[in-house]
Amino acid sequence: MERKIRVLIAKPGLDGHDRGAKVVARALRDAGMEVIYTGLRQTPEMIAEAALQEDVDVVGLSILSGAHMSLVPRVMELLHANRQEGVLVFVGGIIPQSDVETLLKLGVHAVYGPGTPTARVISDIRQALGLPVT
Amino acid sequence: MSLLEATLSGERLALSRLLTEVENDTPAGKQALDELYPYTGHAHLIGVTGAPGSGKSTLVNQLVRQFRQPQGDEMPSQVAVVAVDPSSPFSGGAVLGDRVRMRDVAGDEGVFIRSMAARGAAGGLARSTDAIVQVLDAAGFARILIETVGAGQSEVDVARLAHTVVVVEAPGTGDDIQAIKAGILEIADILVINKADRPEVENTEYVLRAMLQRAGNHKQQTLLPEDRPQRSKETPSAPWEIPVLRTVAAEGQGVSALAQTILEHAAYLKRHSLWQQREMERIRRRLDELACSELISRWRSTLPQERYQSVVEKLAQRQLSPSAAVGELLATPTIETD
Repeated sequence: MERKIRVLIAKPGLDGHDRGAKVVARALRDAGMEVIYTGLRQTPEMIAEAALQEDVDVVGLSILSGAHMSLVPRVMELLHANRQEGVLVFVGGIIPQSDVETLLKLGVHAVYGPGTPTARVISDIRQALGLPVT
Repeated sequence: MSLLEATLSGERLALSRLLTEVENDTPAGKQALDELYPYTGHAHLIGVTGAPGSGKSTLVNQLVRQFRQPQGDEMPSQVAVVAVDPSSPFSGGAVLGDRVRMRDVAGDEGVFIRSMAARGAAGGLARSTDAIVQVLDAAGFARILIETVGAGQSEVDVARLAHTVVVVEAPGTGDDIQAIKAGILEIADILVINKADRPEVENTEYVLRAMLQRAGNHKQQTLLPEDRPQRSKETPSAPWEIPVLRTVAAEGQGVSALAQTILEHAAYLKRHSLWQQREMERIRRRLDELACSELISRWRSTLPQERYQSVVEKLAQRQLSPSAAVGELLATPTIETD
């Protein structure tokens, strides 16, 4: 049997809109992944700690507050500090195109804006982990 | 340094990775389990079970905080949480949401929380929960809280694993018929009525106490082994009176009394050498389970495949009953290995 993909879906920062995060969590569940959902208003420290304790393959960050340029680099930094640089990070939410480049340079695997089909998120994850994409 | 050595020296990432190996039952995981076995047997295993929405995760969060309070000059012992949530029977995926309620203990180095999907196992735990708990035990966590899936009436697996079982009820669920059914209430060492600020709390407490009174208010302290269905010989001179406690976990009310009661239960088990007895039951059962699966796989590997297939066919066509089929297969001469 194929090893289960473990994903942490987290909402750093102060915005309270978790609809998108929940839709993605559910879609990944339906794709056979084990999704750890941590809820609203997580600090980057809490997210990195959860990623470590849960030994996840993937971290998905949902940010709609506009604070992504301070929150995402901090999460990346902490993951590195914990020697989890191999973890795949993706960001979802309202991210201006000019920031997308910067985030990708930081090592973020992908940035998904509104209207992204969940199937794309799933196939991106499977591909990045070297698994067959259906 | 191997994952196991790093785990034993307190490296959290190594522990986390080892837990994954063990959960996935990989060869590396199996070998580590063999090697860490001598380091196990020290932790107090506390099961927390109850219906979905009764407040198990919130209560576990509060209990961890309580256990991490410094006691005088003594450093509080390390606490681990294993939280099990259901897997989808269709996709095999899962959404594990127990951490949402456990945010208060984030940032405490002495706490380790691990979410697990049940991966198709019934009974409230995953198949590898026992092994996961062993790793955490060896890694030095003195108290391990095991939160079950929360499906309801028959999550009794946790009673076979934990030393102390806390059953969480919320007011207004179930009536006195629910309370006399066998199963989840029967396995409680401690009964908690959470959300005790709700109006129906008096009635719920009355029903639970009445149920306990009928049962003589003490639990059979060792479960009946499945293979030897006779009543346990052991009856301690001072039976454990199952307490009924009220909590409002969301506000932390009643939690310190609950934590205290959990510790008293551990002390009680040790005082009456029941701790040892539960341990022996658990070890014996684990041994039998392992032996069973090993025997079956060995037997299957020596059985001629076509013979097996033909018996399965006969079963499907109802020419043979399942128990007759077993008899026939066992009478089959096996292939000589070696």
